[in-house]
Amino acid sequence: MINIPSTFRISFRALKVNKMRSALTMLGIIIGVAAVITMLAVGTGASRKISEQISSIGSNLIMVLPGATTSGGVRMGAGTQSTLTIGDADAIQKECNAVSDVAPVLSGVAQVVYGHQNWSTGITGTTPSMLIVRDWPLASGRSFTDRDVRSATKVCLLGQTVVDGLFGDTDPIGQVVRIKKVPFIVIGVLAIKGQSPHGQDQDDSIYVPVTTAQKKLFGTPFPGMVRIIMVKAKSSEALAPAEKQINDLLRQRHHIGQKQESDFTVRNLTQIMETAEQSAKVMTLLLGAIASISLLVGGIGIMNIMLVSVTERTREIGIRMAVGAKTWDIRLQFIVEAVTLSLIGGIAGIVLGISGSKGLTILTDWSTTVSPVAILLSFGFSGLVGVFFGFYPAYKASLLDPIDALRYE
Amino acid sequence: MAIIEAQEITKVYSLGDIDVNALIGVSLAIEKDEFVAIMGPSGSGKSTFMNILGCLDKPTSGKYFLENIDISDLNRDKLAAIRNKKIGFVFQGFNLLPRTSALENVELPMLYDGISAKERKEKALEALKKVGLEDRGDHHPNQLSGGQQQRVAIARALVNNAPIIFADEPTGNLDTKTSVEIMKILVELNTQSNITIILVTHEDNIAAYSRRIIKFLDGCVISDEIR
Ligand SMILES: Nc1ncnc2c1ncn2[C@@H]1O[C@H](COP(=O)(O)OP(=O)(O)OP(=O)(O)O)[C@@H](O)[C@H]1O
Ligand SMILES: [Mg+2]
Repeated sequence: MINIPSTFRISFRALKVNKMRSALTMLGIIIGVAAVITMLAVGTGASRKISEQISSIGSNLIMVLPGATTSGGVRMGAGTQSTLTIGDADAIQKECNAVSDVAPVLSGVAQVVYGHQNWSTGITGTTPSMLIVRDWPLASGRSFTDRDVRSATKVCLLGQTVVDGLFGDTDPIGQVVRIKKVPFIVIGVLAIKGQSPHGQDQDDSIYVPVTTAQKKLFGTPFPGMVRIIMVKAKSSEALAPAEKQINDLLRQRHHIGQKQESDFTVRNLTQIMETAEQSAKVMTLLLGAIASISLLVGGIGIMNIMLVSVTERTREIGIRMAVGAKTWDIRLQFIVEAVTLSLIGGIAGIVLGISGSKGLTILTDWSTTVSPVAILLSFGFSGLVGVFFGFYPAYKASLLDPIDALRYE
Repeated sequence: MAIIEAQEITKVYSLGDIDVNALIGVSLAIEKDEFVAIMGPSGSGKSTFMNILGCLDKPTSGKYFLENIDISDLNRDKLAAIRNKKIGFVFQGFNLLPRTSALENVELPMLYDGISAKERKEKALEALKKVGLEDRGDHHPNQLSGGQQQRVAIARALVNNAPIIFADEPTGNLDTKTSVEIMKILVELNTQSNITIILVTHEDNIAAYSRRIIKFLDGCVISDEIR
């Protein structure tokens, strides 16, 4: 029968005899675990940020842009090149069955005035379905309706940043703001959305009916022109069919021949973001894997010291064997010693890793997330390292011949 | 049957090309409660023989029965269990664990016998009392004199109630006065606790404490007399 508490006590004592040596051996594990924790925190932080951005732009989102795709990417059409119209948007809504909602967008930057305050912000002319497409609820008030769009009413929805900039504490609902000197009634305030994937403040914007934007705010070279069409597919599975349906429909509407290049581009935003998320996850794994190499090196350090320790304590092993220690008594003693080293190192490494991640966030502004899984994982891993690298020295110790060990000088 | 029965024990050490015949066909029996002294010149095979009897080493050939158990058939762990329960060792060099208190040194055999911490401590204190060191339980070996260290070793040898104690030159590192103290303890253990004692010594006055003297020469028993 093996006595666990005593085994631990013996290990602690043996480790205390060479404090400096034990501390240095632990250092390898401490650095390894801290590296794993920090790297995983950086990676997890990055993928979490991307996930947040994915949900902030809205799910199952497809963007239709004017201009053709070139091999270098998207050639964003200048104003004159714009080829998309409200008619295209309506057609997509009507004819593509993989699509749930469509929102055309005509946007620009303009000066907004309320009383003596003024604010320069992005104005988005669109339809009510925009709020559905972007998964963007209202904080207060109401949205504009299809009738507002049809009759080009001068009403607007404000983002929170604009509200803060123009109104301070006043309730903006029902107030009149002037956009490019045109008076608009504020009928709603959008919920706070935060930063876009590109780091823009999405709350610094005003939504108006697309028709109002076309007629009153931004001149269009031809009637009904819009800048972008935002489309929400019915589900993530519907993304690919929706993309194809939109592509086919618009090519037909734009009279584009078989061999001709499209004058628009369909981009699956969700897919792009998910790819980014995927690569962030791969990066996390990679960083973690690289960091675990240092943990492995720490483990080799433990094995090295344990081998030295077994040699130094050959006589002790002989004495223990002489009074009745069995193979596994001796083995366990040295394994427990190695595990004690690696677990104490592991705990210290976790503490160091957590503070390292926090420090990194403060210093570099990277978002880091120390997940409980990473902590458990590295704690478990450091224990395993102890068992793995402690086993060979322990095995060697247990195979010593009692007489040779007792006689060892 | 005798508590110890050795039949035609040989031990050959191979050192490269040369074979050293440390024991050449030793046969002898030792009864329970005997106090035996083994004597002989240096290199005659005394320690080799003791180590085989103590189950620390195995003979090259021959049979050895300890309490009727055939030792030659046993594996490492079975031998360890026998050493733990049936045998106590007292060595010339004490062989106590350094940086470990006398009490814990005495507890050591019980640690490998699944005995609870409380019982270990009680029994270890009792054993230390028997050798007159009950007030030195906290001392580490380097804080004890040679005689005291050897008494701790004796306490360790008797703590598991082993029926046999092997002592290989237990007084070899001690002065005459201390040697007498140690021998008195061993004699007492033999007469009062009925422990069989087998002792190796070079000195006649130490051997004089025993009732039977076996003499070795060049790996053979040359005389075996009961007084
Ligand atoms: N591990 C070993 N390897 C090789 N030869 C050995 C070994 N141990 C003992 N011998 C040899 O075996 C013989 C008997 O040795 P042993 O130690 O039994 O003698 P001893 O009677 O105890 O002597 P001493 O009185 O000096 O202790 C010696 O010739 C010795 O050199
Ligand atoms: Mg000897």
